[in-house]
Amino acid sequence: MAAFALKINGQTHQVDVDPSTPLLWAIRDGAGLTGTKYGCGVAQCGACTVYVDGQTVRSCSLPVSAVGSSEVTTIEGLDSKEAKAVQKAWVALDVPQCGYCQSGQIMSATALLNLNPAPTDRDIDLAMNGNICRCATYVRIRAAIHGAAKTLEG
Amino acid sequence: MTVHDKTIHATALSRRSLLKAGAGLAIGAYIARGGKAFAQAPAPAAYNIAPNTFVIIKPDNTVTVLCKGIEFGQGQFTGMATLVAEELDADWSQMRADHAPSNPVLYKNLLFGVQGTGGSSAVANSYIQMRQVGAAARELLVAAAAETWQVPAAEITVESGVIKHASGKEGRFGEFADKAMQMPVPSDPKLKDPSTFKLIGSEGIVKRLDSADKTDGKALYTLDIHEPDMLTVVIARSPKFGGTVKSFDATAAKAIPGVVDVKQVPTGIAVYAKGFWPAKTGRDALKIVWDDSKAETRGSAQLLSEFRALSKTPGKVVKSEGDFDGSMAKGGRVVEVEYVFPYLAHAPMEPLNGYLKWEGDTAYARYGCQFPTPDHAVIAQTLGIPMEKVKLDVILAGGSFGRRAQQTTHVARELAEVAKAMGPGKPIKLVWTREDDMRGGYYRPYSIHRMRGVVRDGKIEAWSDTIVGQSIMKGSAFEAMTFKDGLDSTSYEGSNEIPYDVANFKCDMHQVDVGVPVLWWRSVGHTHTGYAVEAFVDELLEAAGKDPIEGRLELMGKKPRHAGVLKAVAELADWKKAKVETGRARGVAVVESFNTFVAQIVELSMTDDGPRVHKVWCAVDCGVAVNPDIIRAQMEGGIGFGLGHILYAEQTLDAGRPVAGNFDTYRSLRINEMPEIEVVIVKSTEKPSGVGEPGVPPLGPAVANAMAKLGVGRPRQLPIVPGASA
Ligand code: FES
Ligand code: FES
Repeated sequence: MAAFALKINGQTHQVDVDPSTPLLWAIRDGAGLTGTKYGCGVAQCGACTVYVDGQTVRSCSLPVSAVGSSEVTTIEGLDSKEAKAVQKAWVALDVPQCGYCQSGQIMSATALLNLNPAPTDRDIDLAMNGNICRCATYVRIRAAIHGAAKTLEG
Repeated sequence: MTVHDKTIHATALSRRSLLKAGAGLAIGAYIARGGKAFAQAPAPAAYNIAPNTFVIIKPDNTVTVLCKGIEFGQGQFTGMATLVAEELDADWSQMRADHAPSNPVLYKNLLFGVQGTGGSSAVANSYIQMRQVGAAARELLVAAAAETWQVPAAEITVESGVIKHASGKEGRFGEFADKAMQMPVPSDPKLKDPSTFKLIGSEGIVKRLDSADKTDGKALYTLDIHEPDMLTVVIARSPKFGGTVKSFDATAAKAIPGVVDVKQVPTGIAVYAKGFWPAKTGRDALKIVWDDSKAETRGSAQLLSEFRALSKTPGKVVKSEGDFDGSMAKGGRVVEVEYVFPYLAHAPMEPLNGYLKWEGDTAYARYGCQFPTPDHAVIAQTLGIPMEKVKLDVILAGGSFGRRAQQTTHVARELAEVAKAMGPGKPIKLVWTREDDMRGGYYRPYSIHRMRGVVRDGKIEAWSDTIVGQSIMKGSAFEAMTFKDGLDSTSYEGSNEIPYDVANFKCDMHQVDVGVPVLWWRSVGHTHTGYAVEAFVDELLEAAGKDPIEGRLELMGKKPRHAGVLKAVAELADWKKAKVETGRARGVAVVESFNTFVAQIVELSMTDDGPRVHKVWCAVDCGVAVNPDIIRAQMEGGIGFGLGHILYAEQTLDAGRPVAGNFDTYRSLRINEMPEIEVVIVKSTEKPSGVGEPGVPPLGPAVANAMAKLGVGRPRQLPIVPGASA
């Protein structure tokens, strides 16, 4: 066990875990933030997607000891205008079914729009194909990303 | 036929109760007495743990509908709230939904007789009941307003959540909720004529009630339950089905910081820890010697050869019409094909789990429970306390596809065993890892269909389907309900009743035992029978020189709803006239499951990575369409789910050991593989039927038929792209 001061969503959380613990479990069991999900544990599904210093990361596959003083952002801490546009588009189209993958989808979609305000279908494929949705809400995910891009355009 | 289902009619309001907290109006259950099957639910003597309500109207004007089934994506919350809101004349913005707790009397599924979700039954079994609840609440509110205003109730109208009188008086539900509680409950509330529906069948007004919480991380699932002193439990189970623990050494596991204890439980060795990670690493450190003497040790290749040999011999006849053998003997164009279907894991996005706190003489369980009544009973039994001393709350689940409805209640039992082994007073959260989920069995059964038929003079004269498969229900509480003449009807449903007129017909079956636990998987038997029937009819029509749609319609004289969706999808895709791009082809299939009819047309091309499906057109007839957008969403999801599995998914056995352990070896459909989808809902006044499963079965055969059209043949063994890794 070791103590880590994790900066998550602008707050410092003291978590006492083994250094090998994946960031995912430090966030969920340590800091008590449960919006970030576990789906595979092996960087296959994207349910655990968070930002570390603004970069999307599969938190199930990054040991907490590698995070250091980096800024971690989870679904609970999303507040950019891109994120709001994405969330609004998601609700407008009723994208979620079971909803379990959607935190990860929204983290990835928001990251895409941060980099690329007008993504093509191909851009969406590339940015989103690391996020599995077992309910297969993909048609609406795609439509919602286009929708969010439109609203951001003004 | 009208939308009023004669078998589900209300006779009396059984009870209602006031919720102390929040006051307001609470309306209880209208329990159907129509069918015998529903009338015999056991009524525990002291069943007073649940607030006995379906709808709660609070002073703040919110109307909360308690759903007796679970919301795991299929839209149950929204569907139930729509039915209540329609009859209540509520405004959609005031509607909320939540799960009802486990209560086998009050919240039973009217089609099952126990509380549970499955068989795409949510709307079908609640359509009348939930409307009665809404109508009763409306009558009570009107009566309360009439008394307050001293005007005749008949002069009062309700619209969009506002109660009005011609004198200009008006008010909202919350103002009258308390008073309404004192009014006599109407025994037979009047339901609307469907032609006056405002919300049922509407477009754009009804939005899902759970979308917002599912986009900001607030939605709470079982994995998210945290409590002080709670222990997370991960179990090491036998790598082979039927294996048991011979001996184990937990020294290294216990040395891991955060690991609190290690106990042997009936399903394996349980590691109790402060959090998931120490529990999982603790499990990795266990040294276990397994006893495989009773384990299933056959591999996939061996099963295939055994199943194949059996499929060449006659099985037990399920249905026979005309003279199949005689017709075959007359010669003509004989077609014989074999279809092989793999074991499939459900792999819901949230793996299995559960929360339980046992206090000695009481217990509290909370999880995404799909079958509350049997789970509730087994928890009580395992802990040795009466059922009414166990409270079971249902919460959201991250998908199921059948996996959370266990005919054996094995997860609920394991949850209780784990709590029991630790002793009272310790809250525990049992967590299955993804690998536990994939390798834990309860798969869609492995099966083979051997199809034989003959075409003479452009006509299908004979058809037979010999099925080799494993029973899902054998040995479970559902055996009596689903077995006919010693055979599990869910293994052949769809194969014994084909929608086509064929004079000489036979369906027979070999029901075999394999030591691999199996389970219903989104659309159950239709996952394989739909493929077998629809790929085969296409193949025979091809031999007969017929168009796949025209040819099907010619044989569907007695099946107007099948024909209806087929015509609708042909029109949607412009089947006759559309110019299909070079290198692409289209295929069609139509399957009825759970009284819902779905036809799909697929357009695809071939790539190095197998078929690429570009577009799917889908027509669905599910009776009265309660929530059109949810119906479309379920068709979209069903198509994506069906496609991912037909293309890539299989669980294979290596000397009995399931091989695929995660999404790297059990490939899931991803966004870049998702086709464009267009859905048309066929207008119908038939009673509503489900949509959670019926979108799945036609997709596979439509893909196969398009592949044949493209000249690469219909796949005989699934998945189409075997050995896939992401
Ligand atoms: S849980 Fe991290 S990618 Fe699946
Ligand atoms: S919404 Fe269920 S897994 Fe994506």
